[in-house]
Amino acid sequence: MVTLETSEVVLSYGSKRVVDDLDFVIPAGKITAIIGANGSGKSTCLRGLARVLRPVGGAVLLNGEDIHLQPTKAVAKQIGLLPQGPTAPTGVTVSDLVRRGRYPHQRLFDQWSTEDEAAVQKALFLTALNDASEEHVDHLSGGQRQRAWIAMALAQETDLMLLDEPTTHLDIAHQVEVLNLLRDLNRTEGRTVVMVLHDINQGCRYADHVVAMRDGKIVNQGSPQEVVNSQMMDEVFGLAAVVIPDPVTGTPLCVPDVVKRRPLAPGSIP
Amino acid sequence: MIRLCVGTSLVLLCLVLVGLEVGDYPIPRFKAIATAFWNRGGEYDFVVNSLRFPRLVAALLAGFCLAASGALFQSLLGNPLVSPDVIGINTGAALCAVFVLTVGADLSVLPWAAFGGAVLTAVVIYLLAWKQGISGSRLVLVGIGINALLASGITYLMVKYPIERVVAAARWQVGSLFGSSWTDVRTLALGVIVITPVSLFLVPRLRLLQLGDESAVGLGSRVELERMAVIVVASAFAATAVAVIGPLGFVALLVPHMVRLIVGSLTGGALLLTGLVGALFLLGCDLIAQQLFAPTTLPVGVITAALGGPYFLFILVRFNRAL
Repeated sequence: MVTLETSEVVLSYGSKRVVDDLDFVIPAGKITAIIGANGSGKSTCLRGLARVLRPVGGAVLLNGEDIHLQPTKAVAKQIGLLPQGPTAPTGVTVSDLVRRGRYPHQRLFDQWSTEDEAAVQKALFLTALNDASEEHVDHLSGGQRQRAWIAMALAQETDLMLLDEPTTHLDIAHQVEVLNLLRDLNRTEGRTVVMVLHDINQGCRYADHVVAMRDGKIVNQGSPQEVVNSQMMDEVFGLAAVVIPDPVTGTPLCVPDVVKRRPLAPGSIP
Repeated sequence: MIRLCVGTSLVLLCLVLVGLEVGDYPIPRFKAIATAFWNRGGEYDFVVNSLRFPRLVAALLAGFCLAASGALFQSLLGNPLVSPDVIGINTGAALCAVFVLTVGADLSVLPWAAFGGAVLTAVVIYLLAWKQGISGSRLVLVGIGINALLASGITYLMVKYPIERVVAAARWQVGSLFGSSWTDVRTLALGVIVITPVSLFLVPRLRLLQLGDESAVGLGSRVELERMAVIVVASAFAATAVAVIGPLGFVALLVPHMVRLIVGSLTGGALLLTGLVGALFLLGCDLIAQQLFAPTTLPVGVITAALGGPYFLFILVRFNRAL
């Protein structure tokens, strides 16, 4: 099983420090959700884990060794990445996109093996895209398009998948569809899933492990029940919220409190 | 894809045979082909083997280079309006060549000067567009700026030097296959033989870069290194053609776009097919240029521009609508 952890990682854009002294271990075989307000550094953290961003301090360790010291193609056999809002070049078909996920497994000669084909077919099957495989990615619905990208990451056949907000820009039915797919992959294939999520309630429903970030630091982490409560909502999001058990799953469900309006100053016009 | 490549090659061969036969110097039917392939020497030897044959092969190879270059640039930058002539690569080659022509230096250095100019321009564009990595649109904008700058450099040379040299430079700039020799063919063939395998090696890497930098990194691409390699190779293709026949416009823009409409996104096979169609296109244009107003012949650049201009507008309209 692939292990991924960070050791005192500092990530910055130019001179602006975004993530500071990050120390955490990704639970293998589990679904981890990274949550936090906008600008909390959660996406940056994922980019660091995916070696898109090189830490200015500390190290991301893949199997105990600095990820930037390992051949990137070898790393790509172990970690897959789905960035936020990916765009495919125009005119690319679903199967063409998914086939590109096989790149890390291909060698100079022996370009397309039976394993490659099998992995592509399996990825298309798992994402229910067999019938759409010859359609252009830019002609698909948002949910299908996101599934096509997930299929590409699946064809990569990595033990660990990093996803940056896989449900943004999708309507609620498609969000559930994508998250169910990821959970199935985790449960049936034992893949480790790490995703940045905006919707905290979805995080609670689908994740085994929740990491709450604020100002580039981890505020709290653990099971959803341990982490998500009204105190955390205040601390991480600055929001007064009531946390109740989800009527369907029993996981924490955040319900924002009625925002109390400031009393108007006497004489002012509303 | 293989069928398409073979088919295009066959049409190409037919066109070469036609090209050997037709021209303003009449040669009895099939005598020209015989003279070119198995019956060298004889009364038609000079016309066939020194004038027509090298010109045909030069057109074919230059068309291959230009179209392949355009395919690489357009696929890398994800923009069908981009080609080496738009972002200044060809103009870089032209500036160096015009310099050689106007100062009256030895003409044998011209191809090398042009090649150097093209590659140097590519490197400068890349460095200027660098800002913690390269974005496609910034590269295109920088390229367009560089193109304008280089063009003004050419204009400067043209007004500075005596008219008789300027005329040669002006004619060269339109792009012409007139007077192509076997030496030119050798230069072009060398380019095609060296650059084609490298470009095929880079195609899978380019296909990752098309997915965006983050996805490419996730799939194990060394993004900056590989993008630079693609730009250098694409520029080298353009430079090879421009060095020999001049900065011929529109082939690199039009042909890759046309082929992509038929076979879809870039693969190794699609790159080869683009090159072959480019060869076919330029060869066809050159034959038209020679025949249309015979006995007056036009530089082939006039024909490619006449066909390419409207097509460029067609892409623009389409690009605005759907693509």
